[in-house]
Parts: sequence; C-alpha cells; structure tokens
Amino acid sequence: MDAVVLQLLNGLDKGGAYALIALGLTLIFGTLGVVNFAHGALFMIGGFCAVTMQKLLTLSKKVKDESVTFFDSYTEVPYLRLWLGDAGERIIDYAVPLSILLAIPVMLLLGVAIERGLIRHFYRRPHADQILVTFGLAIVLQEIVKASFGANPIPTPAPAIVAGSAAVGSWIGLSDVVSYPWWRLVYFLFSLAVIGAVFAFLRFTTFGMVVRAGMRDRETVGLFGIDIERRFTIVFGIAVVVAGLAGAMYTPILSPDYHMGMEFLVLSFVVVVVGGMGSLEGAVAAGFLLGILQSFASMNEVKSLIPGIDQIIIYMVAVAILLVRPRGLMGRTGVMET
Amino acid sequence: MNARFEPDNGRRRDRLLLIGFAVAVLAMPLWMRPFGAAYPDLLQRFAIFGIFAMGFNILFGLTGYLSFGHAAFLGVGSYTAVWAFKLLTVNVLPAIAFAMLVSGAFALAIGYVSLRRSGIYFSILTLAFAQMCYNLAYSVLTPVTNGETGLQITRTDPRLIDTWISGASNLIPATNLFGLEMKGYAGFYFCAVVLIAAFYVAMRISRSPFGTMLRAIKSNQNRLNYTGVHSRPYALAAFVISGVYAGLAGALLACTDPLAGAERMQWTASGEVVLMTILGGVGTLLGPVLGAVIIKYLENIFSAFNEQTLHGVFGFLPDGLENGVVTVAGLFVGEGWHLTLGALFMVLVIFLPGGVMEGARRVGGRIRRWRAAPRAGVRRLAPADSGATPGD
Repeated sequence: MDAVVLQLLNGLDKGGAYALIALGLTLIFGTLGVVNFAHGALFMIGGFCAVTMQKLLTLSKKVKDESVTFFDSYTEVPYLRLWLGDAGERIIDYAVPLSILLAIPVMLLLGVAIERGLIRHFYRRPHADQILVTFGLAIVLQEIVKASFGANPIPTPAPAIVAGSAAVGSWIGLSDVVSYPWWRLVYFLFSLAVIGAVFAFLRFTTFGMVVRAGMRDRETVGLFGIDIERRFTIVFGIAVVVAGLAGAMYTPILSPDYHMGMEFLVLSFVVVVVGGMGSLEGAVAAGFLLGILQSFASMNEVKSLIPGIDQIIIYMVAVAILLVRPRGLMGRTGVMET
Repeated sequence: MNARFEPDNGRRRDRLLLIGFAVAVLAMPLWMRPFGAAYPDLLQRFAIFGIFAMGFNILFGLTGYLSFGHAAFLGVGSYTAVWAFKLLTVNVLPAIAFAMLVSGAFALAIGYVSLRRSGIYFSILTLAFAQMCYNLAYSVLTPVTNGETGLQITRTDPRLIDTWISGASNLIPATNLFGLEMKGYAGFYFCAVVLIAAFYVAMRISRSPFGTMLRAIKSNQNRLNYTGVHSRPYALAAFVISGVYAGLAGALLACTDPLAGAERMQWTASGEVVLMTILGGVGTLLGPVLGAVIIKYLENIFSAFNEQTLHGVFGFLPDGLENGVVTVAGLFVGEGWHLTLGALFMVLVIFLPGGVMEGARRVGGRIRRWRAAPRAGVRRLAPADSGATPGD
C-alpha cells in the first residue's frame, strides 16, 4: 500500500509537466491546425528563464575580503546582498518561483513573434511543411541556448523553505515512509493552478468562447464574421507561456540542459495522441495518467518482472490506444488526419 | 513526337541517367578534388548517406508519409552488421545481407503499426518508436548494444565461419570483401557500387506500376480507397523498402568502420535524413543523393572551422567589424554546426520546399525562356515550340 501511494505521488509532478506541455500542444492543434514540433524547445526555454533569473539575481561584485590581511583577497558578493542585506539573500533563494515573472513576458513575446513571423505563413501549407519548419525552429532554439548557456545541466535549487520532504504518509494515515519532496508537491499544485487558469480563461471569457468555437468548427466561426486568425496569435502565445511556466518551475526537479525539450516533446505528443487530438480535457487526463503509469513502471518489482518496461511503457500505451481506439480517450474522430 | 515511342524514349533517358549517375559517382575522387573533399572517408559517407536518403525518399517522396524515425533502422542495420562480424565472419556480404533482413523485419513491425494512422499521427508514431529503440539501446539492451561504449569487434569474438575456414586467430581482423580490406578507396568504391545498384533499384521502383501506386497514395489516398484499392499494403511495402535501404546504409557504416553506437538512432539523425531529402528535392531520383552530399560536405567544412580560420576568412574587414562578424559566424561553425543545420532547414522549407532540384528546374526554365524569347519575337505567328511550357 505504501509503495503504491508513493508511486502515485511520484507520477504526479511528471504528469503535471506532461499535462501542461500537452495542453499547449493540443490547444495549438485544435485552433491553429498546426503541429508544433518546437513546443519541447519552448519548455526548455522556460527552464532557462529560471536559470537566467538566478543569474540576474546573483549578479556579483568583487569585494575585498578584509579578514585576510597578508594579501589581497576578493570574494564575489551579489549586489542584492550588498543593497538589501538578508532580505536580498532571501530574494535570491526564491529565484525559481520569481522566474515566473520573467518567464511570462519572455514567453509571450517569443510566442507572438513565432506566430507572427513564422507559423502564420504555414496555415495553408501541407502538414509535412509545418512539422519540418517547427522542427528546424526547435533545432535553432536548442542550439542558441547551447551556445549561450553551455551544454551541461545547470542546477537551479528550489527555495530553502521547501527543501525537505513532506511526510504525506502521516497526513493520510499511512506510515511515515511515504514522504514526498515539498517542491514536487508545489509543482503539482502549480500545474493544477495553471491548468485551472487556462480552462477558466477558455470557459468564462468571450475570447475563450470564440477560441472554443474555433476548435469545434473554424469555418463557421469565420462565417459569423469573426476574424479567427487574429485570435490565433494570442492562443499561440498562451500555449507558449504555459509551456514556459511548466519548464521554469520544473528546473529544481530536473536541472535544465539544452536538449531536455525533445524528450518531453516526444512524450507530450504521445500524451496528446492518447488523450485525443484537439481535446483539452483529454490532454490533461492523459498527462497525469501516463505520468503515474510511468512511475509505476519504474518500480523495482515491475522492472524485475519485465526489464526495461519503464523506458517504453508510454510508447506501448500509445500503440495500444492507436490500435484499439485511434481517436484517443476523449478525441473526436477524423481530427488532423491526412 | 509519336506517342508510340514514348515508353522506349523514357527507358533510354533512364539508361542515360543511370550511366551518367554511375560515371559521376565513380569519378567523385576526381571531380571532388577542387572542393577539397576528395578523400575516401568523406566520399564513402556521401555514398552511404546517399543510400539512406534515397531510401527515405521512396517512402516520403512517393507516398508522402513523413517518417521521423528512420534513424532507428540505420542503427538496427549497424548493430546487426557488427554482430554478424562478431559471430560469423568479417566478410562484409553476409553482414549486409543480415542487416537488410533484420532492419526490414523491424520496418515491417513498426510500419504495420504506424501505418494504421496517417498524417501527423504517423510522424508522431514513428518518432515515438525511434525514441523507444534509442532508449532501449541505452538501457535494457546493453548486452546487445554495449550501451554508450558502442558495439565493436574484439579479439575474443567467435567468428565461426572465419575460424572454420582459416583457423582461430588472435588478431582483430579488418572487415573485408573476400580479402579486399574495406579501407581507403576500396571502401569508397564498394560503397559507390552499392549506391549505384541502390539507385538503379530506386529508379525501377519509381518507374514501375508499383511506384505509380505509391504516387497515387500521395496525391489522394481517399480517392484510391474509394476506387476499391486497398492502399495500406502498398504503403507498408514502401515503408519496408525504405527501412531496408536504411539498414543497408547502416551496414555500410559498420563495414567501413566496425563500431555501432546508439547515437545513430537519435532523433537528430532522423531529422537529418529528412533534411537531406528535402534539400535535394522530394520525390526526385537524384535529389536525395545530392542533398546527402551537400549536407555531409557542409558538415565537414563547417565543423572544421574555428575562431582562427574565421579570422583568416574575414581578415579583409576592418578590425572592429571583423570581431563582430567572427563572433556571429562563430555561432554557426564548429560545435555550432547544428545551428546551421536548423537554420538551413527553416530557410529551405520556407523559401524552396522543392529543394535544389526544383531550384535548378526553375533556373533552367528561366534560362530557356530567356533564350527562346528573341526567337519567339521573330516568329510571332509560329506555334510555340520553344519547350518552355509552365509544367516543364
């Protein structure tokens, strides 16, 4: 029982990341009709927003160390500490959550720029061209990040207050063995909040209503005299921001490097396929489902039964779904075929 | 021209194309010299990736199914070939045969599942399968693939056939074709001959009724299904053929350098072959080979560049400007070669989706029209026989 709950919990944070990326992907699929192979790279850029925030906050000045008297010794002290003392130190500690403030404008700008500059010209081109151009974009984004941040993963710690583990087990009446890192819990709640915000935006605003109508039937919306293509820019921007936030907050769990995006992209595609193309609820449900499945598959008991299952379980689920129920869990038939 | 002679004429043109191709490939060591590419190591990579891209084109160019997982078959081919070297003999022919068989079987299994869906779903499925193979090669299958170190020939391999024929040997033998070692120009010419054979087969496929059926899938699969043709077996056949081509390319990679690593199966490798094909020209016979040559040539040139050579190149500029230009250009060369690849990818898809072949045709058409123009001016009433028809 303990082990089951533990694996369930372990799946939640990864599932949250899958759900957030897949949500953006399927939103773009559903409205713009474009397959965005660069979405994983955008997730990665979100992660590097956190890295940048950390670098910005710890911009340092060389200060002469007075305690050493024999020779000149210098230590690097962040400006924030010089100016604000302990408060500055605390701000630095909160670099990752604060990076949200950086990630939102950066990702929104990036998203708008990509849609206006590139994707816009591909609405009437074949799907193969869309895939190829976004694939090229993914490589370019990756390589730019690699050139500016290097190829090694950069550790970005979570704030000290959430450093330990939560004794989730004792909360729900199980043994203390079941503990769960605080930050992962934060990430899970954060992903729920973002998902809730996106759904609320689509459900309760006029803009969201138009977008939902556009996902159902773009042509009819056009016939009503609504310029749906103008809304596409914002939809794309939102999807990119969601991916970026997912990436920024994920950095304490997985130190970001330049090629982390592609693994998440492939898995998120599978999530979208399993959930059903163009179905937002499907993407979220499938995201958590696959995250939990994957964490169950990496249990030692399961691995000793079927070696290597943790590496391929998600793909096997995708194959099974496509063979048995091609439109996915909650998808409509015939979306994005040919 | 009389319609009755057209098939015959087409056949003659194909024969000319094949002969021209063969001569061009075999003479590569000569005419590549001015480009600084005339060394066997690079030339045989041209030939091998030419085969890979040509096979990919049979699937993507003819049927329009965009696979993002073809590198998996290349990797499988390499692994099989090295295993054949280890277990049976270091002669390359059995290795190639086994590699083609095994990668064909892989392609059959993966294609059977993936082809149940079309469009984007197909691309995603093939990508997922390739990632799966890649992950497995690095984790569970390390006894088979030797993980990150890569699979290679060792002293203690059984090599049953070799031992049977010439007795046990304690040396690490070189891969050979009945004694001809696959090193230097021998390796290149072997690859070149295989490339020409592969080109011939691709040409026959493309000209056959089967090839026409594949093109019909690309132009309108629904219509094909409505007319009562079950199109999936044709697509599957194309998938398997292209998988076998990829396996052949992988085997040749192993023949010229008996070391197989999982990084050959990575998604970047799958993307690269897509790029080669579209750079050369999707659906054309020569295009993919041309694309492979261009990409591998550029890769070779660009990754060899460094800061110093760049300063040499841009030395004519004023100092401040030179440093700026070198910094920007430095992003694209050496380690940053992949950035060039990605940028090239985007530029190509945006501006010239037809690739080099289409570009050449456009330029050719323009030149012909330009040359035909004065004549058309003189014989204004004569029927247009300049040949510069729009569809040309």
